[in-house]
Amino acid sequence: MSEVRVLVGTRKGAFVLTADGKRDRWDVNGPFFGGWELYHLKGSPADPNRIYASQSSGWFGQMIQRSNDGGKTWEPVGNKFVYDGVPGTHQWYDGTPHPWEFKRVWHLEPSLTDPDSVYAGVEDAALFRTTDGGQTWSEMPGLRGHGSGPHWAPGAGGLCLHTILLDPSNAQRMFIAISAAGAFRSDDGGTTWKPINRGLHSQYIPNPTAEVGHCVHRLAMHRSRPSTLFMQKHWDVMRTDDAGEQWTEVSGNLPTDFGFVIDVHAHEPETIYVVPIKSDSEHYPMDGALRVYRSRSGGNEWEALTKGLPQQNCYVNVLRDAMSIDSLDKCGVYFGTSGGQVYASADGGDSWNAIVQNLPPVVSVEVQTLS
Amino acid sequence: MLSNEHSIRVVLPAHLRTLARVGNDEVQVQLAGPPTLGAVLDAIEASYPVLRGTIRDYDTEKRRPFVRFFACEQDLSHEAPNTPLPEAVIKGKEPFLVVGATAGG
Repeated sequence: MSEVRVLVGTRKGAFVLTADGKRDRWDVNGPFFGGWELYHLKGSPADPNRIYASQSSGWFGQMIQRSNDGGKTWEPVGNKFVYDGVPGTHQWYDGTPHPWEFKRVWHLEPSLTDPDSVYAGVEDAALFRTTDGGQTWSEMPGLRGHGSGPHWAPGAGGLCLHTILLDPSNAQRMFIAISAAGAFRSDDGGTTWKPINRGLHSQYIPNPTAEVGHCVHRLAMHRSRPSTLFMQKHWDVMRTDDAGEQWTEVSGNLPTDFGFVIDVHAHEPETIYVVPIKSDSEHYPMDGALRVYRSRSGGNEWEALTKGLPQQNCYVNVLRDAMSIDSLDKCGVYFGTSGGQVYASADGGDSWNAIVQNLPPVVSVEVQTLS
Repeated sequence: MLSNEHSIRVVLPAHLRTLARVGNDEVQVQLAGPPTLGAVLDAIEASYPVLRGTIRDYDTEKRRPFVRFFACEQDLSHEAPNTPLPEAVIKGKEPFLVVGATAGG
């Protein structure tokens, strides 16, 4: 019998939700690390019981926790994130140079093949890696050392590296995204990087089609088509079919194309999901109605999914790392809200249930499909 | 105990006690050299390596902004690392307090 495990990071701790393959009854365990911010938890594809968690606090800084038993017990591992060499400067909000300063780990991406290898995306934006199960972390300096680094500027949430996608067909290729620098690709295992932002248009920056400076909120990939990426930009939903060489807008009939999350159906690489948010100045759904939008055509034509979701007086947000997909048949879709709900659909989005409510604000949701 | 060794009582904030797995109790750290502010912080990190980076920045060893140090009703947060600890702390009559500042939500 299949099992599903949902790892939920919140502003005040982590929660681990489990259910069998029916996904109709959920056990909730936690809080783990109560009172700390859990920006992200993710399990190793090579060993699902190995889970890494980013635990941070404005008071006491960054911790990394590791579990070897599927989230039942945890141990702190290395928390030393020091930039390679002289940190240099990026651009501050007022356009002046500002020294790179480590603040927190936003995203942990375990290797597809090695449980001891993990990539970490951090604020101020940089990419780190461990190959010893999290005991030690080293910066991959080629990204921050890209010539455009001094021109990267923080978004409202900080200068954060929030998305890391590993190409399952090519171990040398990976993609990352930074708010507000844009998307980057490496074809040599992370040694060197190139910006892949052609086709993006951001009206709020001095040069709307600049090579860097775009506030990319999230990238998503289907493992069977790793050269096709989907993007929720600050405004605009985009896609590329050539690994980022050229992006095309696919917002189509969305009621608003501002938002944070985007993800792809486990078995249908042209079926994608977003949660439209009214605007960058309001950060809640339109009309007080929480709606997931699904496109079965890779964008442009979208349908609202509302069954089981609150359709009045709902003013929550859904943050960029707070949507995930299981690989059961039918595919499950999960997302968490700033109101502390985690909603799940066990039928590809047709209907939804809150599988837990009244948690602290949800920052991240990751699902593991266990056989 | 040799005359230049000191056992210092330390009160840690709740989150750091949890990380260090010391329950609700005070902890004691041993100083072999001059009993200074920097020496007690070094000793805390040496006794509880999991706390490295939570009180002071790894790189600069500067106090994290929302962490404060108190002893004998004195705020030692802004003192230099070579500042001697108060006599009552050195003699074990008073603890050295690491405090998470009252800030945020």
